Amino acid sequence: MAVYPNMNELNTRSKYSAWNLFAAAPSHQDWAPAWRQAEPKPRYDAIIIGGGGHGLATAYYLAKNHGVTNVAVLEKAWIGGGNTGRNTTIVRSNYLYPQSARLYDFALKLYEGLSTELNFNIMLSQRGLITTAHSRHDLDNLSRWANAMLFNGIEAEILNAQQVRELAPRLNFSPNARYPILGGVIQRRAGTVRHDAVAWGYARGASALGVDIVQDCAVTGFIKQGNRVVGVQTTRGEIRADKVAMAVAGNSSQLAAMAGVRLPVTSYSLQAMVSESVKPVLDTVVLSPAVGTYWSQSDKGEIVFGGALDLVPSYAQRGSFAISQQVLAATAEMFPSFGRLRVLRQWAGTVDVVQDSSPIIGSTGVPGLYINCGWGTGGFKTIPVGGWTLAHLLATGKNHELAEPFQLERFHSGRLIDEAGAAGIAH
Amino acid sequence: MMTLNCPWCGARPDNEFNCGGTSHIQRPALDCSDETWGDYLFGRTNPRGLHAERWRHTFGCGQWFNVLRDTVSHEIHAVYRMTDPKPQAAREILP
Repeated sequence: MAVYPNMNELNTRSKYSAWNLFAAAPSHQDWAPAWRQAEPKPRYDAIIIGGGGHGLATAYYLAKNHGVTNVAVLEKAWIGGGNTGRNTTIVRSNYLYPQSARLYDFALKLYEGLSTELNFNIMLSQRGLITTAHSRHDLDNLSRWANAMLFNGIEAEILNAQQVRELAPRLNFSPNARYPILGGVIQRRAGTVRHDAVAWGYARGASALGVDIVQDCAVTGFIKQGNRVVGVQTTRGEIRADKVAMAVAGNSSQLAAMAGVRLPVTSYSLQAMVSESVKPVLDTVVLSPAVGTYWSQSDKGEIVFGGALDLVPSYAQRGSFAISQQVLAATAEMFPSFGRLRVLRQWAGTVDVVQDSSPIIGSTGVPGLYINCGWGTGGFKTIPVGGWTLAHLLATGKNHELAEPFQLERFHSGRLIDEAGAAGIAH
Repeated sequence: MMTLNCPWCGARPDNEFNCGGTSHIQRPALDCSDETWGDYLFGRTNPRGLHAERWRHTFGCGQWFNVLRDTVSHEIHAVYRMTDPKPQAAREILP
């Protein structure tokens, strides 16, 4: 159990503002901790399992939008330490189908107002995301994609080769390039967000509204009354609740199985890596479907890049060398000047992939038990909407309009939303 | 790079292979319910630990075979042919 020093009543400065920065004690020891280290109570109105972005956002919106504050977020390790801390921080809403476009763009809109909403700088940088085209077929496909986005009311702009070059001059425009760049499409509202800040901001906001954030508390089973889930067994004792929700990404199958629920989920490793830090060289996000890799530069100067899934079921949280090699080869080809950079870190997260690449936000079929999963490789960008819609369901008992198409029943009815075609990378 | 033992070609690097997902899934009767059919198509145990799965030596002999592999350590416990029965360890974890 983590113990934080300086955590006493004297540390009361909690609002982040220029005035408080100025008025704080000389060595800033009077700042309140961003969130309370809560001990689990025996009973809550709602329990959310998983202290990642989705779980914390759910707790925040339960308290903020619905006034349900007797809520606990149970995290087996530390908050934001799973996929929330392992993604490449990109946010975008360039999806193909109306249902997905509505959902993902709602998330992006919430991200646009989140720093103000949470009084926590999430460092949203809407630097634009360029998808490159390397053949006539790519150009046709990107036109279709951009038009679909425009029909869905989401801005998209088709770029010619010269425009791509002006935005990302370090891309390989050599006449000998193996993947000549013929053009692209840009979503200018897309960009990056500081990932830890999203977890910490929601945790701070939720905690201030009365939510208990309980770390080092792994769920080991469900307490049932008849068929109904009425609580959870944890490594820190039994906790009862009217409603229990799961937001545990790659561990969804394991957790749901404890309640007798079988999911259409397979867990895979999705890897990413960063280079050493360099001066600003890339101020957009670039994605090349042809080589299956995407790049951006962090505020620290690292080139952040990743690629396709390791298509082997895995809970290892580490990627294969085969994919690393593919991503690095693509990087050296598409950005020849990056070939001289050294790789600083490489890691992977365990992502929850469903066959139609669309999420599941709804009931599990077991009364009292709800789920938010199936985001696969795209969970980070959807944290606000995942939390918003799950909170709506927990508070009102009804699916949020945006989440209605994303129910578990679609795997029986066949009404799939096959977004695989619109994912940035063909996984 | 991870090495897999193809039953026909021997040890080869894993990027010569494709994983075809869970093995030993039985198709239910065609007059089953939508729920049963949906579970057959999409429902997966997705175990944390031993997993019996199909692999294909795509960039080699092209043959399919079964592998019993740990999804946490990636350790391979058995390689057996498509028509072979499940190894004992697989029988314990799979229905």
